[in-house]
Amino acid sequence: MFDELRDLYQEVIFDHNRNPRNFRVMENPDREVEGFNPLCGDKLTLFLKIKDGMIEDASFQGSGCAISTASVSLMTEIIKGKTIEEAEEIFEMFHKMTTGEDGEIDLDAIGKLAVLAGVREYPARVKCATLAWHTLDAALKNKEKSISTE
Amino acid sequence: MSFDVEKIRADFPILRQEIRNRPLVYLDNAATCQKPQVVIDSIVKMYSHDYANVHRGVHTLSERATAAFEGAREKVKAFINAQSHKEIIFVRGATEGINLVAQTFGKANLKAGDEILITGMEHHSNIVPWQMLCEETGAKLKVAPINLQGELIIEQFMALLTEKTRLVSVAHMSNALGTVNPVKEIISAAHEKGIKVLLDGAQAIPHMEVNVQELDCDFYVFSGHKLYAPSGIGVLYGKQELLEAMPPYQGGGDMIRKVTFEETEYNVVPYKFEAGTPSIADTVALGAALDYLSEIGMAEIAAYEAELLSYATEKAKKIKGLKIIGEAAQKGAILSFVLEKIHPHDIGTMLDSLGIAVRAGHHCAMPVMDFFQVPATARASFAMYNTKQEIDTLMTGINQLIEVFG
Ligand SMILES: Cc1ncc(COP(=O)(O)O)c(C=O)c1O
Repeated sequence: MFDELRDLYQEVIFDHNRNPRNFRVMENPDREVEGFNPLCGDKLTLFLKIKDGMIEDASFQGSGCAISTASVSLMTEIIKGKTIEEAEEIFEMFHKMTTGEDGEIDLDAIGKLAVLAGVREYPARVKCATLAWHTLDAALKNKEKSISTE
Repeated sequence: MSFDVEKIRADFPILRQEIRNRPLVYLDNAATCQKPQVVIDSIVKMYSHDYANVHRGVHTLSERATAAFEGAREKVKAFINAQSHKEIIFVRGATEGINLVAQTFGKANLKAGDEILITGMEHHSNIVPWQMLCEETGAKLKVAPINLQGELIIEQFMALLTEKTRLVSVAHMSNALGTVNPVKEIISAAHEKGIKVLLDGAQAIPHMEVNVQELDCDFYVFSGHKLYAPSGIGVLYGKQELLEAMPPYQGGGDMIRKVTFEETEYNVVPYKFEAGTPSIADTVALGAALDYLSEIGMAEIAAYEAELLSYATEKAKKIKGLKIIGEAAQKGAILSFVLEKIHPHDIGTMLDSLGIAVRAGHHCAMPVMDFFQVPATARASFAMYNTKQEIDTLMTGINQLIEVFG
């Protein structure tokens, strides 16, 4: 059962959904941005500590589906210790991977995030995976206090 | 006559297919329902034999098309028991019907300080047109609250019915919860105070007999696509004297009697509200759907669906971690639910992999989601062609996905 779904719901995703990493409110964050997907009601708040162009700490709060929770959880893990430029590069690659524009994806850089590649077969779910990253993008560019996928 | 679901299923070609290698179990009927062969045939016949523009040609095809189109109006009139065909206005759907009333009746009758009363379980299409009207007129939108069963709190509703209220607009049946509102009570209380009532019948009409004269509602709207008819066609019923007093909605062809550059004389109702070329074939197909439903019988459909709903509710209650959202005593065939620790979106995708179509989301009723403090729900909504066996498939699927999520 659910065999066809194995590409979408990999064990890593279940793991992060059950035990999301960096799931906490941050004291005195440098950036705090809310992401919202009105289509499914997913809501998250992303907190960042940034020093000298480097992401020192990342955490989040909120509720969402397994895909979006795993995506934001994995994201907070991977961006910690990266510079803003590096994080933006990963976002670009992640975006390409989830929307199906393969080719130049550096699987090493993308690392664990590769488990989310399966969403591209499920157009209705792509936004679940990318919400975290659009929120990060807004936070890094210091644009809005809240963003929406629609 | 006994209700033969297998015979009905055979009338719906789309149901005979596999989705992801499993027989399709279509449980998203509240969003839109599937079409019987007679409706599909009606569209094919119209475009193959009888199609031309309506109300404007003297040639044979135009006369045929006009007769078919006006025939559909007569069928709608009979189906909801309106007094006259003049009370049946064709619109695109429930949404357009509500907007039409807001922009015509609303603008003509509301001023700053007046109130419009809705309930806490409305679809966005019965909220936003009134908010827009309030912005334009300075009127206020009042919302009668619901309880944790998803029922309108009738005492509070009555308390909000004041001298300031000009219009009450409520769902006959809620799409997010399945609740059937006590509309007769609402209407008679409103009428005692001289207040007009609009019923949003988008969800109610496929599930029960609707008799507008018996209800005594002032306006009733519904969409064809939820009633086994095509999308793009719907109905606004209005009492004739109200319609006659209302200003027109859109301007254009068909809604006029005489036009000069200085002034225009409007057509009589219902044409006054039907500017431009309508969705001709779809309207005729709506008539075909109504014929089909009348043959089966709305009372029979209601009885069968009540059986489906109680079967599904009973099964759902046995699933640990499943919470039904909407447990009104009076309910139509909708089962909205959430699962502990599993997001509705995941439920939707997982069930789809088993060939089961349910809706996961806010169902265009975000305030209802906020009230129940859930981001979204999963919703199985039943139609007359669904079976107990399909409900078993759904429940097995839910149990399996709970296991996988562990
Ligand atoms: C209760 C209710 N009202 C209004 C509507 C709007 O119908 P439509 O989108 O066909 O105009 C819907 C459709 O979901 C509904 O369920």
